[in-house]
Amino acid sequence: MKQFKADLHIHTLLSPCGDLDMTPGNIIEQARIKGLDIVGITDHNSTLHGELTSYYSTQRDVFVLCGAEVTTKEEVHCLAFFENFSKLKIFQSYIDENLPDIPNSPDFFGDQVQIDKDLNIIYEEPRLLTSALNVNIEEVALKVHELDGIFIPAHIDKSKNSILSQLGFIPFDLQYEALELSKFGDVDKIKKEHPYLQNCTFLRSSDAHFLEDIGTSFSIFEMETRSFEEIKMALKQQNNRKVILV
Amino acid sequence: MLNSNLYGNQMTVKDLMEALDLTLFNSETSLDREIKGGYVSDLLSDVMGFAKEGEVWVTLQTHKNVAAIASLKELACVIIVKGGKFDDDTLRHAEEEGIPMLGTKLETFEIAGRIYQLLNAKP
Repeated sequence: MKQFKADLHIHTLLSPCGDLDMTPGNIIEQARIKGLDIVGITDHNSTLHGELTSYYSTQRDVFVLCGAEVTTKEEVHCLAFFENFSKLKIFQSYIDENLPDIPNSPDFFGDQVQIDKDLNIIYEEPRLLTSALNVNIEEVALKVHELDGIFIPAHIDKSKNSILSQLGFIPFDLQYEALELSKFGDVDKIKKEHPYLQNCTFLRSSDAHFLEDIGTSFSIFEMETRSFEEIKMALKQQNNRKVILV
Repeated sequence: MLNSNLYGNQMTVKDLMEALDLTLFNSETSLDREIKGGYVSDLLSDVMGFAKEGEVWVTLQTHKNVAAIASLKELACVIIVKGGKFDDDTLRHAEEEGIPMLGTKLETFEIAGRIYQLLNAKP
């Protein structure tokens, strides 16, 4: 088995709160500098920068997991990842159907722009991407799994927009591959307060909105090679693959 | 007369329903529970930590954990605001636990103010 350093929670400049330097090219460059082998691209309620980030990754030997950080109806943030661009696109339509029509105020929240290889702005998302979708957490998890995706409630130790802050405890029938902790999240404290999470996979990521935050928190994936299936197996602790919490 | 709540008036869930024209989403059980106060929050972790037994809980969350936490904290009933609807499994769970699940078209500020007034009204 080999070990890979992964930061699965990174915002691009498409997220209103993402710094304008967070271009897909810069993110991959910074990931390489930080020694990351795998990055997750997770804009708020949008998957649109996944493909461009993957384009840069092939030149730089960084594996990109394409996805989004969705906000469920309960205002719980969850990471969702997909194996290929066609599934990513189907999930994007699901987001578009369920994102409320609340306009963004760029001056207040920040710009929500999609760029191309030449750094031209090719799209500006008019709806505020940090709004809650009109679907509950179970419905989102079901959709992600219908598309063979990976579903990870984000920064569960945080006092806002986390599954624990919004729902008090993790619904027992919710399907998820792992739970994410923020930089200072204490896994022992969480397991003590929520004994039913004893055998869960936990990972830690940076939730970077600025280039210098990338890789400041990460997890080690122990697996054979870098692929969507291997990552999924590691998260599910299958075939001796595992995630080591740092 | 000695009341078991901190407020002036004794009220049951049924009294509250009638006074505020609330919709009942499940069957007519436990409507004779006394309202001992109220708690307003949409963070379920906060409700788990701070709501007290016998209180009416006003929220806009519809997830099934609402029913579980209302039951755990032995709350008198739950009111969903702004004409919202609880998820189906929330109502199923509340039915099993015998928790009255109510609804109003009013916003949280309005309904909480009215409940407070009712509990404190001078005879």
